[in-house]
Amino acid sequence: MIPTLGHSLILLSLAAAAAGLVAGSVAGFRNSREAASWARVMAGACAVTLTLATLLLEWALLSNDFSVSYVAQVGSIGTPPLIAAVSLWSSLDGSMLFWSFVAAVYAGVFAWRTRHDEPGPTGWALAVQLAVLLFFTMLVAGHSMPFEAMDPVPSDGPGPNPLLQNHVLMAIHPPTLYLGYVGMAVPFAMAVAALASGRLDASWTRSLRAWSLWVWAFLTLGILLGGWWSYEVLGWGGYWAWDPVENASLLPWLTFTAFLHSLIVAERRGRLAITSLVLVMLSFLLTVLGTFMTRSGVFNSVHSFTQSPIGPAFLAFLSLTLTGSVLLLAARMDKLDVRVGPRPRSAAPASRETAFLLMDLVLLAITATVLLGTLYPLVNQALTGGQVSVGAPYYEKMNVPLLLVLLLLMGLGPALPWGKPNSRMALTRLVPPAVLALAVTVAASLAGLRNGSVSAAVFLCTFAAVVSLAELAALVRARLRAGSDPAPIAVFTGLARSPQRTGAHLAHLGVAMLAVAVAFSSAYRQETEITMKVGETAQWNGYSVGFVGSERVQESHRLSSRASLAVFEGSDDLGELVPALNSYPRMAQSMGTPAVLTRPLEDLYISLVRVGPGQVSLRVFLQPGLLWIWIGGLLMVLGSLVAALPAMRRRRKGQEASS
Amino acid sequence: MTPTGRRRLMLVGALGVMLAAFGVLASGVLTSNLVPYYDPGSVLAAGPSAVGATLRLGGQVKAGTVSFDEQTQLLSFVLTDGENDVPVRTTGMPPDMFREGIGAVVEGKLDEAGIFQGSRVLVKHSNEYRAPVEGMHPGEVYETVEGL
Repeated sequence: MIPTLGHSLILLSLAAAAAGLVAGSVAGFRNSREAASWARVMAGACAVTLTLATLLLEWALLSNDFSVSYVAQVGSIGTPPLIAAVSLWSSLDGSMLFWSFVAAVYAGVFAWRTRHDEPGPTGWALAVQLAVLLFFTMLVAGHSMPFEAMDPVPSDGPGPNPLLQNHVLMAIHPPTLYLGYVGMAVPFAMAVAALASGRLDASWTRSLRAWSLWVWAFLTLGILLGGWWSYEVLGWGGYWAWDPVENASLLPWLTFTAFLHSLIVAERRGRLAITSLVLVMLSFLLTVLGTFMTRSGVFNSVHSFTQSPIGPAFLAFLSLTLTGSVLLLAARMDKLDVRVGPRPRSAAPASRETAFLLMDLVLLAITATVLLGTLYPLVNQALTGGQVSVGAPYYEKMNVPLLLVLLLLMGLGPALPWGKPNSRMALTRLVPPAVLALAVTVAASLAGLRNGSVSAAVFLCTFAAVVSLAELAALVRARLRAGSDPAPIAVFTGLARSPQRTGAHLAHLGVAMLAVAVAFSSAYRQETEITMKVGETAQWNGYSVGFVGSERVQESHRLSSRASLAVFEGSDDLGELVPALNSYPRMAQSMGTPAVLTRPLEDLYISLVRVGPGQVSLRVFLQPGLLWIWIGGLLMVLGSLVAALPAMRRRRKGQEASS
Repeated sequence: MTPTGRRRLMLVGALGVMLAAFGVLASGVLTSNLVPYYDPGSVLAAGPSAVGATLRLGGQVKAGTVSFDEQTQLLSFVLTDGENDVPVRTTGMPPDMFREGIGAVVEGKLDEAGIFQGSRVLVKHSNEYRAPVEGMHPGEVYETVEGL
């Protein structure tokens, strides 16, 4: 019953995506309102059918219907409902359906929000989104169909991947990352639409920016939650390991960040419009490459590549998208009528334009570095057959200087005026923050900071943070001077009247926090291993850790071994930490759940290596500043949402006024 | 040539120089930070030329060779590919799932006495992990470790 229904829904969505692709293209070619509305209806139909298909699979997972192949593959009777629900994205077939579902919902929402817009460009944008969706739905239908009927129906399944079962973050990290990753198709489609219709105007750019800020926020949050998950689960005390799957999510983030900044130059100064379009197309290509790298299994097992039909399909899609993008750019770039921002004027070398341009270059250099390190082992194996891995020192040696330049530009850019600033004006904006940052750095070195890169990060981040705070203060001050609002309200209205600038500077403050925290946590991390018996207490770095006892708890889906540790700092009782090791049936390895004591300045992180009768082995880490990585990251997300929300609202008002 | 044409040419030239410099730098740093993967057979075949470089050695933990000294925290065992054995020494409590017969990858350096001094034992496997069987291609052990 469910298999048949699931098959039909997926075939329906395939048909709708194909029909919508045709209708959207016709609308694009002929600027036909009727064809565009057909494309919208089809996008809506895709959204509805794929939502139903996803709900249907959820229903099968929750009701343990082992007649459905995906449930037989990842479900089991003992799995708790929450874990059964999130096992939708625990394996290839389900995650491909989820990918299509998210893409379809994006297309549906896009169709709805652009319903009053010009049919030509929206037709193209819908056609591109539906083409992407068509590819993924074809993969679902052809290769990774989660709704195959099982015969005979098994009585139980193996249960989902233990990594997924081990932490609640697995319920939010993947969908958030998907929203960012899949959402990249929308700005890409809008860029293609601008090139295809030959026009990039102010309202299209505004809408592109609003969509992009949302996608950027999801992508950033997804990467952040991934780091947090890795920190809370994997037990090696870190949050980023430069592993190919992590790099896959970072690559489009880098180019997309460059794109968002270039778009500001386009809107404010009428330059870098084409660069922006190139960057957004590059970002989408990198998400396709990333999906290929994480979904084809090319990194876990190079040999299964030729046996898995999904790998070549992705490669074909990637090369098609790449060729299409390059050809489209080559054919249409010079014909593009850019009506964004003022007429381009020349700018001095020491101007905000230069800072933005350099920032683009630095971000591209980091992208190239990460891409090279990620792909090198694959290329090497293909060419020589030898297996190598690229060590983390490569990424650190290459990226630390580039990131420091980026932090410098983050402070210089907003401090320098646009165009041709006179040098006195530039100096008055640069000197006070630089002096303040120098004072902070000197104070830190007097307090014992001796590390060169960390000191540089402290200086540059303080500089950028002071510049951003001064910009925010200027917004509030202008409102206060206007005198219409009392002081506390003026703080709010002053910021709310310029959401774009407020959001940008909040995000910059977040980057500054995150960068300082990353610098401290990587330079001053300490770790040790402790083995002790019940009743013993170990002293380390001012902390004392006492082993109270251990227990084994049988839960419905796992066997959990836990050690109770009493943690003190001097005579202050910091409470009990309970790290655990969990073993899952039919899985070769056990998964740890480290215990983390988060404090404002440092984390005490304890993972259980081994627990025996009356004896425990622990790996203990001291991580300075880690909390501020998460706070800084969340501030970046908040900043982009602040910059996005009102921009969308303003657009709607504009439409109501014109209609 | 028009002034804009000349400017464009200069810009392209500058970009080209920057790109070349970046490429030289990146490939230099990359090649000095590569960690090659060996199995016991190829490490023995490489002989003295493998001494001193950071590499990853993968194989099966040979039965009856694991010993751990709680006082000194010294862990020693032998990695084998069925025919060739390499003795491995490392410090620290073995991970929970470390046991005889399991496939393991150790990062470290080969010393002149032919003992592999490990700095890190990697047994973090993908969830489809199976213990290595007779006749398994040694490279396959490497691919069972996640995130490499």
